[in-house]
Amino acid sequence: MILRLAFRSLMARALTVGMTILAIALSVALFLGVEKVRTGAKASFADTISGTDLIIGARSGSVQLLLYSVFRIGNATNNLTWESYNDIAARPEVDWIVPISLGDSHRQFRVMGTTSAFFERYKYRAGRSLAVAQGLLMDDLFDAVIGADVAATLNYKVGDPIVVAHGLASFVAHDDQPFRVSGILEKTGTPVDRTVIVSLRAIEAIHVDWQSGAKIPGQSTPADVIRQMELEPKAVTAALVGVKSRLQVFGLQRAINDYPQEPLLAILPGVALQELWQIVGIAETALIAVSGMVVITALIGMMATIFSSLNERRREMAIFRAMGARPRVILSLLVLEATLMAAIGAIIGLALLYAGLVVAQPLVDAAFGLWLPIDPPSLRELWVLVGVVAAGAIVSMVPALRAYRMSLADGMMVRI
Amino acid sequence: MDSDTSILSLRDVRYRWPGRASFALDIADFAIAPSETVLLLGESGSGKSTLLSLICGTITAQAGSVTVGGTDLASLSAGKRDRFRAEQIGLIFQQFNLLPYASVRDNILLPLRFAPQRRARVAAPQEEAHRLCTTLGLPEEAIAAQAGTLSVGQQQRVAAARALIGAPPLIIADEPTSALDAATQATFLELLFAQARANRSTLLMVSHDARLAAHFDRVVQMSDVTSPLQGAA
Ligand SMILES: Nc1ncnc2c1ncn2[C@@H]1O[C@H](COP(=O)(O)OP(=O)(O)OP(=O)(O)O)[C@@H](O)[C@H]1O
Ligand SMILES: [Mg+2]
Repeated sequence: MILRLAFRSLMARALTVGMTILAIALSVALFLGVEKVRTGAKASFADTISGTDLIIGARSGSVQLLLYSVFRIGNATNNLTWESYNDIAARPEVDWIVPISLGDSHRQFRVMGTTSAFFERYKYRAGRSLAVAQGLLMDDLFDAVIGADVAATLNYKVGDPIVVAHGLASFVAHDDQPFRVSGILEKTGTPVDRTVIVSLRAIEAIHVDWQSGAKIPGQSTPADVIRQMELEPKAVTAALVGVKSRLQVFGLQRAINDYPQEPLLAILPGVALQELWQIVGIAETALIAVSGMVVITALIGMMATIFSSLNERRREMAIFRAMGARPRVILSLLVLEATLMAAIGAIIGLALLYAGLVVAQPLVDAAFGLWLPIDPPSLRELWVLVGVVAAGAIVSMVPALRAYRMSLADGMMVRI
Repeated sequence: MDSDTSILSLRDVRYRWPGRASFALDIADFAIAPSETVLLLGESGSGKSTLLSLICGTITAQAGSVTVGGTDLASLSAGKRDRFRAEQIGLIFQQFNLLPYASVRDNILLPLRFAPQRRARVAAPQEEAHRLCTTLGLPEEAIAAQAGTLSVGQQQRVAAARALIGAPPLIIADEPTSALDAATQATFLELLFAQARANRSTLLMVSHDARLAAHFDRVVQMSDVTSPLQGAA
């Protein structure tokens, strides 16, 4: 009966109560949304590479190597010579090795030179392989396979010509070596979607008429001549390596890190990812703190609402007292009320989150290449909701205690 | 009158509101016999409501004893006193008696929620609430209505039904008819009296309207029970 009365009392103040609940709901939705984006981003980062045991590059920071080789963020400061690459490839522990050559771009997208082994060995999201949506993998030297986002953004179809620019954000185009789109990959939710993939030889071919970053004047070798050339790379940016047995990973890593001919770095993608998390940890914590503060603000708003309602509700409390309710009942009535508001707010917040996810999922994917999964609420999220309700109850203790003292002083005679 | 045989008795009671030097209530002896109906007359500010609060135990006297049904209120803890009030006393105020958002039924049943013994006396609370409504002349559909939607006269009847349910030994009414017109006043009092008599409840009503005197067994003037103002001393 008391619960029913509390509910009726809330209904009688529907507008203010509704606003308060809305504020709580929005803050809860925001908090959970930030959580979703955060865990979604983490999961999508973690999903970007799987099945690769080691990434090898010139010696730099392990996070840096991970970022430029896998996520195409930042640039390599140094390369891995072709001799070293072949040397490592020949080691008995190595099951497979895929070279990656970065440094050129097409519009806002990066161009990556690699071998056909890349399509076989590169795995994402728990072992999924790349698949061609349209067309074929590279066959000719000037064939390019483009990621789904490249195709969508630039509106490319199979067979379209493509011009590769030298360097990043460079105005000097390799317009003398026209490439052709041979295939478009299926969407993966990884940086591959935003990459133009050509063969390693093609990267060399682009640079036939170039010397130390500048075009040799008056020289323009015809494409057919280039096709006949040897085109052996002098260096690659990085290499993805799979070992024959998991047990050999650390041994090979040590050997590469101690490679005598040139300073190299071999990283385990998972370990480097952990390091990356540590770096972004502070930002993450700040994000959680801010969205947490929003929830607290909403709860304080609720507290203020209860406070301001106390005076007009003195009579109501006096009636309860006159009917024999102990002051404790008044206190619990207000706490119950706040708990109800917080609970309804939390539930609506959860509903808003899912509604928001349905709307935002394709938008976030298009804008950031981040696919937010719509899963049933996790245990952690449920705990957040429980926490909000509990915090609501605790916060309401402040006005409730005031009401308690007021009802003690008023008794059943209210002077208004 | 002896406190053993009276339902209500006040002895040498002194009360002063905290922080208010100008007013003091001082009652040497005031008692009511069981089943008696008493009208307490007094002008505004004479301390009638204060006296009722003392009897209900929501405030406690600084001196003297207030005994209800043979129990000295001072001997009870605060919690027990609240429970005791729910069990022993049915209350009607001048106005704003009801929780406006709650149904008439919930309003009537509210005191039973805090008074297990009184609740036990009512075999079927829902039916009893309904019966009281009908007897007090409320329309059939009123029982399910929101209390705030009723007219003032109807609300007072609901308050009366709430005071009567479970037949508490003492019914206290603080100017219950002052918001009603003369005709409604008379029927309201008749119905209230009939029910109180049927329950053999004692009725103590406070008013500043001397015209109500004819309905009661006894009329007491506030000035007769209180000592002259000593507050200034
Ligand atoms: N809750 C309270 N706090 C402080 N002073 C109070 C309180 N209630 C009453 N008083 C004071 O006690 C005195 C008596 O008031 P009380 O309400 O008992 O008179 P009353 O006879 O019921 O008057 P009325 O006929 O207007 O209802 C007044 O001076 C009033 O200001
Ligand atoms: Mg009064």
